[in-house]
Amino acid sequence: MPDWLVIGLVSFFTGVTASMGLGGGFVLLIYLTAFAGVPQLEAQGINLIFFLPIAALSLIFHAKNKLIEKQPLLPTILTGVLGVALGVFLAGVLGSKWLSKLFALFILFVGLRELFHKKPRKKSAPDKSHESA
Amino acid sequence: MVQVIKKYYYLILGAAAGVLNGLFGSGGGVAVVPMLEKADIKPQKAHATSIAIILPLSIVSVAFYLWKQNFDLMKALVYIPGGLLGAVVGSLLLKKIPNDLLRRIFGVLIILSSARILLFK
Repeated sequence: MPDWLVIGLVSFFTGVTASMGLGGGFVLLIYLTAFAGVPQLEAQGINLIFFLPIAALSLIFHAKNKLIEKQPLLPTILTGVLGVALGVFLAGVLGSKWLSKLFALFILFVGLRELFHKKPRKKSAPDKSHESA
Repeated sequence: MVQVIKKYYYLILGAAAGVLNGLFGSGGGVAVVPMLEKADIKPQKAHATSIAIILPLSIVSVAFYLWKQNFDLMKALVYIPGGLLGAVVGSLLLKKIPNDLLRRIFGVLIILSSARILLFK
């Protein structure tokens, strides 16, 4: 398969899953590390840059639809910046090889959580037609 | 009182999201979305708000990565057009595709990917 087609498909699928709240950030990162042979740290940098315009676009839609809750923003971003500094420091200490193993364990946990998640209960009146099965 | 507790809760939430974002270059949403939902924020709002939290954290992470790591910025740019198109399509499909089934399929795919990384890398 030509490179441009692989890049197109991977980036498209990443965008779709990211916008659907499926943890799409992982798709590109997994492709880069597990299939394209990009070192973990470099792949993470690529993934972060990729995320910026997509998140900005999503944010415009969400803000228009008044879906952003303002109260959590300031405290989370303040400690989040400190957390980022710690995370980047730890990533540098671990190096690409160990970081990729830790990342694999992290996505294993996320994968198991997604696979065995409970169906959300609808708060509205239940549809009786589905209850007889 | 509830407001004070919520503020501390958000401080912890932010720190967790920041560490994940800096460490893995992704994954902040994994912590943020369920924690926002536990703070009684509806799922759709939790998802949207998580992006509003993670975007500035990602900007800070990018600055750190560009400073600390040596990588080619241009390598990321080739993925952006497809990603933007996918994001628009995903937003349109959001209510038409059974999210529950997709989440399970996605779960299986990333479990297989993690096995590949753990066993063969």
